[in-house]
Formats: sequence, structure tokens, C-alpha cells
Amino acid sequence: MEELALHILDLAQNSLVAGATMLAIFIDENIKTNTLTIIIEDNGRGMDSEFVTKVLDPFTTTRTTRRVGLGLPLLHMTACQCGGDLTIDSKPDKGTKVTATFQLDHWDLPPLGDMAGTMTTLLVGKPDVDVLYRHVVNGRKFCFDTRKLKAELAPVPLSEARVLMALGTYITDELAKLHGGE
Amino acid sequence: MAKKIESLDDLRQLREETKQGLLDRHGEGPQIIVGMGTCGIAAGAREVMTAILEELAKRNLNITVLQTGCIGMCQKEPLVDVVRPGEKRITYGNVTPRDIPRIIGQHVVNGQIVEDLVIGRAD
Repeated sequence: MEELALHILDLAQNSLVAGATMLAIFIDENIKTNTLTIIIEDNGRGMDSEFVTKVLDPFTTTRTTRRVGLGLPLLHMTACQCGGDLTIDSKPDKGTKVTATFQLDHWDLPPLGDMAGTMTTLLVGKPDVDVLYRHVVNGRKFCFDTRKLKAELAPVPLSEARVLMALGTYITDELAKLHGGE
Repeated sequence: MAKKIESLDDLRQLREETKQGLLDRHGEGPQIIVGMGTCGIAAGAREVMTAILEELAKRNLNITVLQTGCIGMCQKEPLVDVVRPGEKRITYGNVTPRDIPRIIGQHVVNGQIVEDLVIGRAD
């Protein structure tokens, strides 16, 4: 995984497989505390405490096609290599919250990457899923809420290719504004 | 191509433009399915998905695009399946964004399988 945005897409896919209908993605880049925080929270089926203790082990997986699951272990490794950590808070039938922290100016911190691509990909073919994406850069905020967008766009579904392309461009522009001027 | 959204009005205009296409859609059409497990994502499935959306938007096509998890052929990711009603399900492997215009133009639209990229066929 060469971008943090790809990790985010990967964990979000886990949430959807766990039956989540609501997904909250929060990214906070803070130069004062020199931290980058990524939180992905869902209302999926969650995990019991025993599974949570095992889930960072690559040989733990719920999948049936192979006996390894690499999503969380890969992000855990990246966070630890960048002076941060990864914690999981999960309750059966309630949902899961994954928090990854990084040292913002760490040499090995991968680029955030294409969040617009991650968001549009996430929304493809998932008309029943809502995503709240909030991104803060040194106090400047961007908020993207599919519930509001769906209400405006109805009866056109968010998953229409033309809509997704337009939303992708919108996210790219807004994030450039957040990161610009410094 | 993708228009810029800078205001609520832009969003509403996009809705009006897109609504017409929806009304034209009829019955069960072809499906495109992209593998989006950890293996797919690491191999470039997100870029392939973006290329698919771009191509569909450019051609103004209303085609169902779906995602699936890992199906165990990780070494051939990114995987793209095309299903046309009444025909075999075709799996394309090691797909790059550059292959997408061919897969959509030749196969999804015109029913001609892109043979050099096929890695599997299923009923």
C-alpha cells in the first residue's frame, strides 16, 4: 500500500463486509501536535474482545478463500513504523472504530494519496451505505456527507458514474484548498 | 466529462442532467464487477475503478458497476468481471486503467470479448 488513502479504502471495505450502513472517516493533520490521525468508524457487526486481540495477526481472517488477512496488520505496521500506533475499539452488533496515529513529519509516512479516488470507489454500487468524511488540516475543515448529497440528488443515485466523477473532482478541489496556502 | 461542483446549484444541475439518462435505462443490462479486497486495492483496483467510471461517464452509459472482495486469485489482481445477460461471465486479469476503454467499448457495449486479457469464463 503506497498511500494512506488506499489503507482507508481497504478498512472501509472491511466495514462494508461487516454489514455497515454508516461509515465515518475522519482525518486530522495537525502540525502543532505533529500528528496525523485517521479514524474509521462503522456500525457493522463488530468483533468480540477475543477476536479484537487476534485481529492484528496476519493469520487471523474471516475470509474463506485464504488463511491470511493483511488489511489491519499492514496499517498497524505502517503506523508503528511512523512513530504512531493503531487501536481498535469494537463491540459485537454495535460496530468497530479503528484509530491510526502517525508522526506527521516522519520520514517513512506514506503520502495521504488520492482521497477522492478512495471516496468515489467506496460509493460505487453501494446505494444503501452512507459515508461521512471529515478532514481537518491545522484547524481548517472539510466535510462530505453522502446523506445530504443523496437528499439533494434524489432521484439520481450517488452511484451514477457521472455523479461520482463530479464528486471526485469536488473532493480533490476542496482538499487542495485545505492543504493550500502554507 | 466531470463538471465542477462549486455550489448547491451546480449539484442540482448535475441532477437534472443525469436524471434523463436514468429514464432511458431499461431492463437488466450488463454488469461490471471489480475485485476490491486488500489484494485488489494493493494491485491498483482503485485506479481501475476510476478509469471505469471515467469511461462510463464519457460514453454516457448507465451500466451497473459492483465491487466484490477477494476471490482467491490475488496474483491476477486487479480483476474485472463483465457479465452480459444470457452470456458467460468473463473474468479479466491484471487489468490496468489503459485496458478499460477496450473492455467497455468492445465487450460491455458490443459483446466482443477482449480475448488477450481473459483469465476465466464461468456460466
